[in-house]
Amino acid sequence: MSRFKKNQGQMVKRKVPFKRQFPFYVMMMPGLFFITLLFYLPMPGILIAFKNFNPIDGIFGSEWMDPLFKNFEFFFKSDTAKTITFNTLLYNVLEAVLVTVIAIALSIMLNELKGKVSTTVYKGAILLPTFLSWIVIQYILFSLLSIDKGIFNNLIGREVQWYSEPFYWRIIMPLAYVWKNVGYYSVLYVAAIAGINTDYYEAAQLDGATKWQQIRHITLPLIKPTVIVLSLLWVGKLFSGGLGDWNAFYTLPNNAGALYGATDVIDTYVYRSLRTLGDYGMTAAVGLYQSLVGLILVFGSNHVIKKIDPDSALF
Amino acid sequence: MREKQKITVSNVVIHIIFILLMLVCILPLLLVLGISFTDETSLLRDGYHLIPKVFSTGAYQYVFTGATSVLRAYAVTIFVTVVGTLCHILFMGMLAYCLTREEVTARNKISLFVYLPVLFNGGLVPTYILMTRFLHLKDTVWVLILVSIASATNVLIMKNFFKSIPQALIESARIDGCSEYRTFFSIVLPLSKPSLASIGLFVAIAYWNDWMTCSLYIETPKLQTLQYLLQSLMNNIGYLQANAGASQSMETAILNLPSEGARMATCILAVGPIIFLYPFLQKYFEKGLTIGAVKE
Repeated sequence: MSRFKKNQGQMVKRKVPFKRQFPFYVMMMPGLFFITLLFYLPMPGILIAFKNFNPIDGIFGSEWMDPLFKNFEFFFKSDTAKTITFNTLLYNVLEAVLVTVIAIALSIMLNELKGKVSTTVYKGAILLPTFLSWIVIQYILFSLLSIDKGIFNNLIGREVQWYSEPFYWRIIMPLAYVWKNVGYYSVLYVAAIAGINTDYYEAAQLDGATKWQQIRHITLPLIKPTVIVLSLLWVGKLFSGGLGDWNAFYTLPNNAGALYGATDVIDTYVYRSLRTLGDYGMTAAVGLYQSLVGLILVFGSNHVIKKIDPDSALF
Repeated sequence: MREKQKITVSNVVIHIIFILLMLVCILPLLLVLGISFTDETSLLRDGYHLIPKVFSTGAYQYVFTGATSVLRAYAVTIFVTVVGTLCHILFMGMLAYCLTREEVTARNKISLFVYLPVLFNGGLVPTYILMTRFLHLKDTVWVLILVSIASATNVLIMKNFFKSIPQALIESARIDGCSEYRTFFSIVLPLSKPSLASIGLFVAIAYWNDWMTCSLYIETPKLQTLQYLLQSLMNNIGYLQANAGASQSMETAILNLPSEGARMATCILAVGPIIFLYPFLQKYFEKGLTIGAVKE
């Protein structure tokens, strides 16, 4: 028996002939092809950030910038760099905290309701904004804030110029973001709470723990890993060059120039520069800056979490 | 925990909170619906209201008869969403499945290759140059599909549920002389249908709601997607609102825009399929959440 097992162990370790592996490579081919095409082939394009790019000579033919970091210099010497970096950080931290706190509160409340019909209906309603695009939300916001016909101006009876006063948008942007995303995260945390073993609660009840104590000492500590993973993913999205959820910052303010100071983030800046200025070098430089900051932030926060709570770290 | 639900103060408070939240989430969309069914002259006179002061379906008639661009945009969006989602699920699914098979000796190296771009990628400008200058995909419908066809995160999620398929099932298929392709298509795929459906849902919503790709790569009006059409309509108004009073040409600009109601009707048409499929969406959405993101 033991000899048989030993043989089996060797069988697994033995090299699998390529003929046997071949069908898998055929199946992997399209997926790998598109991943290479979309994520790896653009990478040499990062060189553009250091070049005086012109379309005729192409990426490799164009001359190097002199000095090498001139594209970056132009961006960092302007006030825009400070504004958009500040805005990106501010909104993302604010939104992450708001959404997480509200979603956890809602999910705990949802979990208290035992009626299946009512919870399904409530979940359905708060999930609705998640499925709407930012463009549709832009329309909704416009129906509320339009200067002459909007509901808000009708209600207060004054003509507030919502679309030309940056200050309002410091509040509107996070609110809109919470509105769209809080349902998604609530349902996510409901799933996490549902996964908690009910024995804990029964034991706590036997010992006379109040509802509040149960939440504080059972629910919150047990969903902590989920919260940490989601926050790390959030930090990653923060500076991920077009992958993040930055559409809101471009669409909601109707691209109104007066609001740029309060609503512009790095992504919208890159996007707008590419579309209007056509300055490839500077835009690529800003994009590279964003990717690098994102990378540092993800590794940095993962490192901090590893120190505090080694089990929760992502990698 | 298991005793019959009692009516307590805290329960009533929670119900009230959620009923208010429901209103906050649903009313804004109903407002747009209300505007789309309001008579045009009433809109100009009374402003926007949740319940139309003068009911009219004129906006929808205008959209369906006068402006063919909406219908064409619908066709483009549906095509992109369906083809894109199917390709995404098929290609990423095959890749994820193979990465779970032990026969593939290089699977760890390949996995690393797949996940690396999550941490660092070229960014918008290099991708734009690749698409337009090297692949010459500007102004084609394929670019709309191509940019979202691959996702490392989805490979990771799918890998997790392919792993849960019993190995014995796959083994027995092989002993019976089933080719690897057939094993995948007739055993593995049908078994993971619910999970694939929920991932497909995320992908489909992303395709449906995407406007940025269209605004970057598409110039011919023929290929505009629904969301982009909406966005460009709104941009024109946004410009007017931001410069209210300052521009002399405002009057003429307004004449060239489709009517308020028609714009809102287009918006409702863009949301329509999502609302129509909503019960289905919610079910698979919740299922999908528990597959990938919740760490035990």
